[in-house]
Amino acid sequence: MTEGTPLCPECDADVEIPSDAMENELVACAECGIELEIMRLDPIELELAPEVEEDWGE
Amino acid sequence: MRVALLVTHIRAEEKLILAAFNRRGISPDIMLDRELNFDISGGIEQLAPSGLAWSAYDLIFERCVSTSRGMYALAVLNSWGIRSFNSYETAAICADKVRTSIALTQRSIPQPHTRVAFTPDSAMQAIEDVKYPAVLKPVTGSWGRLLARVHNRDSAEAILEHRQTLGDYNHHIYYVQEYVDKPGRDIRAFVVGDRTIAAIYRASNHWITNTARGGLATNCPVTAQLDDICVRAAAAVGGGILAIDLLEDARGNYVVNEINHTMEFRNSSEPTGVDIAQEVIDYVIGQAEAVA
Ligand SMILES: Nc1ncnc2c1ncn2[C@@H]1O[C@H](COP(=O)(O)OP(=O)(O)OP(=O)(O)O)[C@@H](O)[C@H]1O
Ligand SMILES: [Zn+2]
Repeated sequence: MTEGTPLCPECDADVEIPSDAMENELVACAECGIELEIMRLDPIELELAPEVEEDWGE
Repeated sequence: MRVALLVTHIRAEEKLILAAFNRRGISPDIMLDRELNFDISGGIEQLAPSGLAWSAYDLIFERCVSTSRGMYALAVLNSWGIRSFNSYETAAICADKVRTSIALTQRSIPQPHTRVAFTPDSAMQAIEDVKYPAVLKPVTGSWGRLLARVHNRDSAEAILEHRQTLGDYNHHIYYVQEYVDKPGRDIRAFVVGDRTIAAIYRASNHWITNTARGGLATNCPVTAQLDDICVRAAAAVGGGILAIDLLEDARGNYVVNEINHTMEFRNSSEPTGVDIAQEVIDYVIGQAEAVA
């Protein structure tokens, strides 16, 4: 594990963060598939993304 | 020009939108719907989450994945005279399948035969009126969730009982539609103002063809006929930046299935070759400059 690589709060795998990542962006954990939200960029802090609610969509 | 981008969180579409604004020298302030806390009668000088007064903003671009939050935020902001894309009125119609069907009817735009009923008994009657197979949909909701195709009275009874027992009041509004015998695909067309800028076919082996459910996107040529029905459908719900979903019926005619006011388009620029985000943003900037 490289220093600063954030861990998935669900499964502890390293989560790859795109170089153009933004605060409040959603990323998926490649290992377990769960959706995460980038809460902070420097240092990177991940949280489980909020659960999809019934009215969410387009 | 000062723009607020209203979001639930940042997805691929929002990054494309931000990049498109940046290319025109505008960097929108991102506002999270979770941070909004409006004093409804407090007026336009109250502070937005950015620390600036709402009056500093020329334009709100609403991209909330939470339909209700986005809609009520627009209701407040539009009431203060702040311009937004889309407008509250358009969002409120598109968020509600009954209101969308009414709006389409008022402009004589072809759509699947649709009924609405309010109890399991009357909904059963509605299903038998549109005939089997029938389609039941929640009036709010997206990504093809909780849609049901019913083939006979037994399954209709089961679905109606489940909805009445397990669902909240939203699920007790029974929106019942004829099943359109479409050719294994539907059409998603992107309307910006009075132009259909691109369209895709969404093909699937499943009768629900949304890309959110695995439908495959390919380019759909925008013919004059397709452009005409899409532009009229967009105008029927108040216009703006809209994704029109259409079905082709057994005779090959278009019927409008629904209209989305915070459209997803990440998979649509590649097959169509159209930079959807840039088209949208250039339109929005043009509109804002026109009133400025
Ligand atoms: N009456 C119908 N006849 C045939 N197919 C239908 C009918 N209604 C819906 N479908 C299929 O189901 C899909 C989803 O329907 P619809 O768009 O109404 O649901 P939704 O949950 O609002 O989806 P979204 O908002 O993501 O577009 C359509 O793309 C279409 O393939
Ligand atoms: Zn994980």
